[in-house]
Formats: sequence, structure tokens, C-alpha cells
Amino acid sequence: MFGAVQMVRAAQTRVLGFRAASRGTPNALVERVLGILRIAYKLLVNDRGKFIAVLMGMTFSVFLMIQVTSMFSGMMKKASSTVTNTGSRMWVMDRSVTNVQSAIPLPDYVLDAVRSIEGVKYAVPLYSGGALVRLKSGVYQPVTVIGLDDTSLLGRPELIEGTIEDIYAENGFVVVKDPEFSKLENPKLGTEFELNDNRGVIVGIANVPASGLFGMPTLYTTYSRAIQYIPSMRYTMSFVLVEPKSPAAIPHIQEEVEKLGYDVTTEQGFIDRITNWYMFRTGMGMNLLLMTAIAFIVGLSISGQTFYTFVLENLEKFGALKAIGAKGRELVAMIFFQAGLTGIAGYGLGVGLCAALIALARLRMPDYASIITAGNLLLALGMVLVISLLSGYVAVRKVLRIDPYDIFRG
Amino acid sequence: MQTAIHAEHLTKWFGQGEAKTFAVRDVTFDAHFHEMLYIVGPSGSGKTTLLSIISGILRPNEGAVSIEDIDVWSQSENRIADMRLQKIGFVFQDYHLFPNLTTLENVAIPLVLKRGEWKASLEVAAKFLDVVGLSNRAKLSPGRLSGGEQQRVAIARALASGPDVMIFDEPTASLDGDTGKKIVEFVRSEVLTDRRCIVIVTHDDRIYPYADRILYMEDGRLLEDRGGVAHA
Repeated sequence: MFGAVQMVRAAQTRVLGFRAASRGTPNALVERVLGILRIAYKLLVNDRGKFIAVLMGMTFSVFLMIQVTSMFSGMMKKASSTVTNTGSRMWVMDRSVTNVQSAIPLPDYVLDAVRSIEGVKYAVPLYSGGALVRLKSGVYQPVTVIGLDDTSLLGRPELIEGTIEDIYAENGFVVVKDPEFSKLENPKLGTEFELNDNRGVIVGIANVPASGLFGMPTLYTTYSRAIQYIPSMRYTMSFVLVEPKSPAAIPHIQEEVEKLGYDVTTEQGFIDRITNWYMFRTGMGMNLLLMTAIAFIVGLSISGQTFYTFVLENLEKFGALKAIGAKGRELVAMIFFQAGLTGIAGYGLGVGLCAALIALARLRMPDYASIITAGNLLLALGMVLVISLLSGYVAVRKVLRIDPYDIFRG
Repeated sequence: MQTAIHAEHLTKWFGQGEAKTFAVRDVTFDAHFHEMLYIVGPSGSGKTTLLSIISGILRPNEGAVSIEDIDVWSQSENRIADMRLQKIGFVFQDYHLFPNLTTLENVAIPLVLKRGEWKASLEVAAKFLDVVGLSNRAKLSPGRLSGGEQQRVAIARALASGPDVMIFDEPTASLDGDTGKKIVEFVRSEVLTDRRCIVIVTHDDRIYPYADRILYMEDGRLLEDRGGVAHA
């Protein structure tokens, strides 16, 4: 009936020899673990329906987490665009300033006082404010105007058309070519407009690393022209930009500026301050937290539940493995490997899906405010690991409790 | 004959106080190498509990079991698991094959658990699958095999670890009469060796003729030790 039955003994001899050989191998433990993990992998992946369900849950969860946090990162990048684009090492401002838009004008003596601090290489004023421009068509368009120090033009943008010296020409303005550019009716060199009844002329078209958050075009001009054209209060300086002689001078400069009653921060410090303001002083942080928590719960409930069901359905098989001689720690390794594998695979798919959607959105909206940062990726990875660990833990508890005796009882 | 299993005054009960129920009461017996020992009796007589105790799965409340002179229940849990892996081959009533692994991979499981490198384990498993006549089913899932074929895969899996003791729980329960007989004939003629003892729990009196000895159990007690049964 079975044929070749004499091979039993030969095969047994082989397996005994194989066993002895395996025991003598230095990497025996590694080989055993790899073998067991391979079984775990096949058990998981070959159960296509469940595997896809767990994977989809994890992917969706990661997608949501990355999407929400990357939108926040994108918006924060835009909110800090003036700081990033200017590129000054240090910023002096009023203590109440929380972001660029809420700049409180500083008296002129602050500039002189800062310049006199030991360790300051140079310090220049910066104007940042909003204005309405009247375009040739008669349309009024709100814009952001940045007034650069007349002498140094510190913080000037990179020009793609025109020359920076022309900013000193009569009524000269440089326009930033970003997604808001078209709101100024796609100006060219020489295009004229009115700003507070003053004539303005486009003398340059520039590129900047980040565009603003509020969808307004940006114009650069000199500090003196900015304060001349735009109605202002008694004081006119929005910020003082400081270049320290060395990084070691920064603490002393901070100390001295604080003695003046003002605040000074590094570029990154200012960006962090803006981010913190949006995160904790507006509803954004809470929304971000809620959306991330929802994504986490969705991921945990779909993936955790499906993974638990998968383990429950295979409980007898795990019991059989235990009866055959698998140890508890080997079953634990199998389950955590399965949970981890789905987590990592779902993570990769989720990140990929999010990146694809952002790329797709940028085809239509080049300025789509969404950036996947290392922080977003790490946060999502951490969440995925927590989901995997929790799913695995619940399943492991069940598997460790199963008694192989139940397998015999049927 | 050399003793493979020595069970002495085994007693197992479940529950406490008024709910205390004896599953096995003071059972003592020996099983030898090159012996096919049947444990028979009505449902609830304690056969499966006894099988679980002698195979290192269920700890008795009293008594001791030795396999090849090693006291099973004085070992640590990990050592007992190792002992099951090294010395005992299980053929479960419902086979408990993994539907998501191929037939060949199912047979390779004990080899992998015994520190087997994956590819080498599959090669050895293929030999055992050939032995039970199923090499042409190696790539199939167990779900696509008949009951008899699944039984043979389970036997190949149990054999693959090279056990000294093989435990069969109701091996013919899910098979038709002819297939059941053929399976037991095969076990008798090819699996039973000078260095192997086979213990079978069964209800099926059609396979009694293949036994060397039959232990009859009732209410947890060993009532009768019918030695020297003539086998086919």
C-alpha cells in the first residue's frame, strides 16, 4: 500500500545523524530560532484573508497617523517660513511675541543696544507686516511685506529673475514666485501696482525655501521703504536680526538682551516657539492629538482584533506544537514575530500610501502643506510597535494558557 | 523485553472537595520496546488522561512515570518539553496538521523544533513523506488530502523526530474500516521497531488483533491486562 517502507529505517538513521550534526553546530540556536520564525511567517502569510485584514488595519492606521502629523509639520513649516527664509542665526523680539505675525514693534534704541553687546558680529532691523496692494486690474490683494535692512539686505531671497541691487531702485519690490504668485496676476519684471497709494514696481522674482501659511503672496523691499509705504505705529522694527561672532557668544548675548527687557532666540528656538504656540495655544494641538489617538485606536482595534482572531483560530495548532515539544518562549517568539511582521509591513505600506497621496495632491496643489518628517515617521513607528506589542501580548496570554491536554481531549 | 515506559501508582483527579473527580486511580503498568500496547475502555474511563500523563503532558497527583528509566515528572517543564520532542511522537485524533503549511512543512515541524536548519529539515521530512507514500502530495495543503492521507502525514510528522515512544490517540476514529486497518497494519509492520514502543488509545475493536497487549480501563482503574493477544 505505502511502498518503499524499508526506507523508514534509513530515514530514521538520517534524522538521527542530522540531529547529532545539528547539536554540534555553533549556530544551532540561531538556526532553530530562524526555523521556528519561518514556520511563524508561513502560518501568518499563508492565511491570506486574515493577513490582509491585519495588514490593512495597520496600513490604514499608519496612513492616518502619518497624514495627520505630516499635515501639522507642513503647516508648521509654512508658519515659520519667514524665519526659515530669512536665515538669521538669532532673533530679538518683544517678550510677548509668539509667532512672526504677532510681531510687536521694537523701539530703535534696541537695535543700537544689541549692536553694542560684546559677541555680536552685526545686528540689523527687519520689518514684517501685512498690506493691501491694488493690482492693475483694480483688484485688492493682501500681501506679506518683508523689509530688509537697507545696508546689508540680510535675509534677501534667491532671485530667479532680475538683480538684487534693483531693490534700491525707485519703488522697487521683489516678488516671491510661490503658489500664491498668481494671486498678483503673475507679475513680470516691471509690473506695477499700488501699495497704500504708493507706486510699486516689480524689480525681481525670487525663490524661497518655504511659502507662508495664510495663502498670501510675499513682497520684499528695503526696510526704509517698507516703513515709509506701510502705515505703522510709533515703533517700526518687527525684529532685530543678530549674527553672533561665535556660538559661544550666544548665551552672553541672550543674557544681555534679557537685561534690556526683550527676548532673544536662535532660529530653531523661534521655530520651536511658533510650533509650540500653534500646538498648545490654538486648537491645532488638540486636534492633532485626537486624530493621532483615533488612528491609534483604529489600528489597534482592527489589527489587534484580527490578529487575536487569527491566533484563536490557530489555538489548537499552537497547543499541538506545545504537545510536540515547543517551549513557551518559542511560541512567544512566534507570536511576537507575527505581530511585529504585520506591524512593520503595515508601517511600510502606510508610509508609502501617505507619500503617494501627498505626491498626488502636489500635482494639483504644489503648495500642499504636508511634509513627512523623521519625527512623524518615528512617532508612527512607535505607535505601530505599541499596537504590535499589545496585539501580540493579548495573543500570547491566550496561547501560553492553552493546555496541551486539551488537544488530547479534543 | 526492555521496558520503555514504567508507570507506577498513577492517580489523577480534577476539582476539589465535593467536586473532586478521579480520572485515573492507582494505575501501574509497563510498556516495552517492540510492543504495541492498546489502552481501551468506554468513554470517560480515563484513557486519554492516562495517555497525557505518560507522555509528559498532564502532571499526575500521585505516582510516577519513567521513560527509558528517566523519571518524567521530576524534570523541569523545559526538560519535559525536550523529552516530548526527543523521545515521544504524537499522532493526535484530529491530526492537528497546520492547514497553512504544506504537507512537507508539516512533517518538518519537529525537525525544525529540534534545531533543524530549514532546508535540511525539509529534505529529511521528504524522506518520511516518501515512507508513508505521500511524496506526491508534498506541496499540497493538508486540507486537500483525504482523512487517511492526513493520518499518514501525522504519522510521518511523529516519526520524523525519531521517537522511542509513539502515542496514537484514537488513530482510526476518523477513518473508514479498511483505511483504519491499513493504517494500523502499516504502523505494526513498519513503525514498530526493536527500539520503539507504541501506545494506542482506541475504541475500535476491529484493530484489537494488531495489539501485543491490551489494557482495559474503566472508571480510571486498570481492570485487565490482556497480554499476548494474537495479532494478524
